[in-house]
Amino acid sequence: MTEPLLSELSSEGRKGYSLPSADVPHATPPAEWLRERLQLPELAEPAVVRHYVRLSQLNYCIDTGFYPLGSCTMKYNPKVNEEAASLPGFRRVHPLQPEETAQGCLQLMWELQQLLGELTGLRAVSLQPAAGAQGELSGLLMMRKYHRDRGDAARRKVLIPDSAHGTNPASTAMAGFEPVEVPSDARGNVDLAALERACDSSIAGMMITNPNTLGLFDEHIREVCELVHRCGGLVYGDGANLNALLGIARPADLGFDIMHVNLHKTFSAPHGSGGPGSGPVLAREQLAEYLPGPIVVKQDRHFALRMPSRSIGRVKAFYGNFAVMIKAYAYIRQLGEAGLRAASECAVLAANYLQERLKKSYHLPYGRRCMHEFVLEGRIPGAPAIRALDISKRLIDYGFHPPTNYFPLIVREALMIEPTETEDRQTLDAFASALEHIAEEARTAPELLLEAPHHTPVRRPDEVRAARELRLRW
Amino acid sequence: MHYLPHTPADREFMLRAVGAQSIEELFADVPADVRFPHLDLPDPLAEPELLAELRAIAEKNWDADHHPCFLGAGAYNHFIPTVVRHALQRSEFCTAYTPYQPELSQGTLQATFEYQSMICELTGMDVANASHYDGATATAEAVLMAFNVLRGERNRVLLSRYVHPHYRQAVHTYLQGFNLEIAGEERPAEPGELAHMADSRTCCAVVQVPDFRGELAPLGELISLAERLHSVGALLIAVVNPISLGLLKPPGAFGADIVVGEGQPLGNELSFGGPYLGFFATKMEYVRRMPGRLVGMTVDRDGKRAFVLTLATREQHIRREKATSSICTNQAMNALAAAVYMAALGPSGLRHVASLCYDKAHYAATQLAALPGFSVLNRAFFHEFVLSCPMPAEEIAALLLERGIIPGYCIGKDYPEYTGCMLLCCTEMNTRAQIDRLVQTLEELA
Repeated sequence: MTEPLLSELSSEGRKGYSLPSADVPHATPPAEWLRERLQLPELAEPAVVRHYVRLSQLNYCIDTGFYPLGSCTMKYNPKVNEEAASLPGFRRVHPLQPEETAQGCLQLMWELQQLLGELTGLRAVSLQPAAGAQGELSGLLMMRKYHRDRGDAARRKVLIPDSAHGTNPASTAMAGFEPVEVPSDARGNVDLAALERACDSSIAGMMITNPNTLGLFDEHIREVCELVHRCGGLVYGDGANLNALLGIARPADLGFDIMHVNLHKTFSAPHGSGGPGSGPVLAREQLAEYLPGPIVVKQDRHFALRMPSRSIGRVKAFYGNFAVMIKAYAYIRQLGEAGLRAASECAVLAANYLQERLKKSYHLPYGRRCMHEFVLEGRIPGAPAIRALDISKRLIDYGFHPPTNYFPLIVREALMIEPTETEDRQTLDAFASALEHIAEEARTAPELLLEAPHHTPVRRPDEVRAARELRLRW
Repeated sequence: MHYLPHTPADREFMLRAVGAQSIEELFADVPADVRFPHLDLPDPLAEPELLAELRAIAEKNWDADHHPCFLGAGAYNHFIPTVVRHALQRSEFCTAYTPYQPELSQGTLQATFEYQSMICELTGMDVANASHYDGATATAEAVLMAFNVLRGERNRVLLSRYVHPHYRQAVHTYLQGFNLEIAGEERPAEPGELAHMADSRTCCAVVQVPDFRGELAPLGELISLAERLHSVGALLIAVVNPISLGLLKPPGAFGADIVVGEGQPLGNELSFGGPYLGFFATKMEYVRRMPGRLVGMTVDRDGKRAFVLTLATREQHIRREKATSSICTNQAMNALAAAVYMAALGPSGLRHVASLCYDKAHYAATQLAALPGFSVLNRAFFHEFVLSCPMPAEEIAALLLERGIIPGYCIGKDYPEYTGCMLLCCTEMNTRAQIDRLVQTLEELA
């Protein structure tokens, strides 16, 4: 099944909208400015609807099946969240309305700031960053300004474990720092000896994801933070894996100074095929005045916007992805303390359950108890031609979305699996059985993997040709 | 908890399978003294309780359905055809991840390819990416791209004073880590004056068309600016309102090299400032320096047309610190809304919306300028204009609020040269009756 392009469905003179005619006199723009040509597609409304419904049917999504993408936390997205975010009293509010006419929006933001502060122990919160990577950039710029304010501008380096997400070094470079890679030890922790050697007065700080992208809680997390603090650096937490820690441990208690959280991962807002997300940045009170802003403050019973006094500035227009905040707020309020802890517990239990079973068919390079995700090697003894990608593509034939491939970089042919807490045991069992069958097929009928997927709307696309011929528009 | 399917029996079974006595045992790596902290959170709410509470919070706000709204300044109250919301509600779009597995994501990939195509057509450029967080960050990333295109050898950025203040602040934030000088914001400067400032150290100039005041510069001035920049080897970045492009010439026509802007007016809710989307388009020669995701057309192994994410070697998950940007999650659903909006409206619909905006704003401006003590300061504008008032704009705003009208933006906050003035916007959502009510109210006040 394929769907024609909008441009192929277009026919001159068709019309897919209904708008009132002018009730004021017509005015004409300066002649030099008048546009002559605008070649957008022309479709009637039924064709528009059918096109997008048909396109949607070419997608796989959480609501159709299991989506165990490591480090992406593809949990169920509660429908009530969508209902809440679409209330006219939220979606029809202009961001520059006088504060007294937007008290509801400001109240919700203020309360979310408090909730996130309580969950992480980092009580200074800015909801402005639009996604995790922007939260990272914000946190790093805060680090930069903090050191400069202390006359410590020579700190140019940011330590990043070799298991880190690609956004960490990229954000570091965007903030004008130099990323320095720190190796992991044999148990998947930060290599303490290497870290100690790297820590000196040129270090602005360290970015850590904990649990890390191997799904492992760093066994020396406190020592790691202490080493960084001792040389005058700050510790930044990448909150991508916070889903393992709700009600289990607060990042502030572990030694983190700044972090971002992903409302679209941990707090159940949908990923929307790649966005919008929301990546609030949180910090210790001592760093509050460096936050990007404005943030919401409460004055008596009135909520107001305020720019922190030493703010790194705005990272975007207005105040952040408000509709996503509503969803996270709704989620936290529905679960409460016990529900959030239960969510993290079930996420960790589900991951361990799958790991325990699958390590019999696939090599598990770090054989410890995992947190909310784990990483297998996608190599099968007796099937030398098979790569992680082939296993992933074959999983599609079994009706599952593949895990994250080829990440983290420190595991060869990585298959990174994060089941989340919202999948039942039958689904986990079926997924494990599929992977077991695939391991068997790899040895007995490898072409089934090499040619997979077999039943999708398209089969493996020619990516080399896409990059060489570059057809980026119709 | 109704989102968690694990029964006590399931938990028991799974714990036994992993060889653990209790759930707590799974967290042995967490330092014991901080493990399982008490969280001081409000009691959980059942679904009806939650909805009742959120409704009560939402009802504290004024919204643009119940109050005439004359605010623009970067977020615009436009009609959103019902089909847009219908498409966004499809779980298959909403609850999917980034299309890293193309065989399972052709819907998102094709919709993005179509979005890119329509943004190119709208802006008059060759190539558009899959979106940025908003107009402000698209602008900041455009400046970084221009800096990189010129290999970081030119460290001067000309940033017009009349680019949206939030966008300029975001540019400053994004450039903190680089040794760049930003000029052009200090004193009132039209495009012609920016052209005089361009020199061999300049990597780019940023102008907004129409600018934050709503002012539409003479086309010739923008053409001259582009020519001057190109003659010194610098790039022109244009920030545009996409609705205006239904009626007005696109930036490609005056020589812009990078075109960015806020895509919210294309079918996205006001939603108190977000999520919106930044659109980003440029010339083909710069595609490899472009930030953000790109979808390309190719074929699958059977020769069938297929879409994939392409040129990923520019991106953070491959290039890490050498990437063109750290952007990962973008605003895919907002770009989808923009695409459905453009598909539904087509060229005649977009022109119709743009004309209604133009007509209503010019009607309002004419009526207001006729009031004693009021005048409109723009020479040419699209759907926003600066109204000079006989009393401070803040007082007028307060009085309009008392009468249930959401006033325009008090532009003096950002621009001392417009102290006491109000930036007003009209769209197709403002009826003649609303405009007449605004005019009548101001007449009574003054």
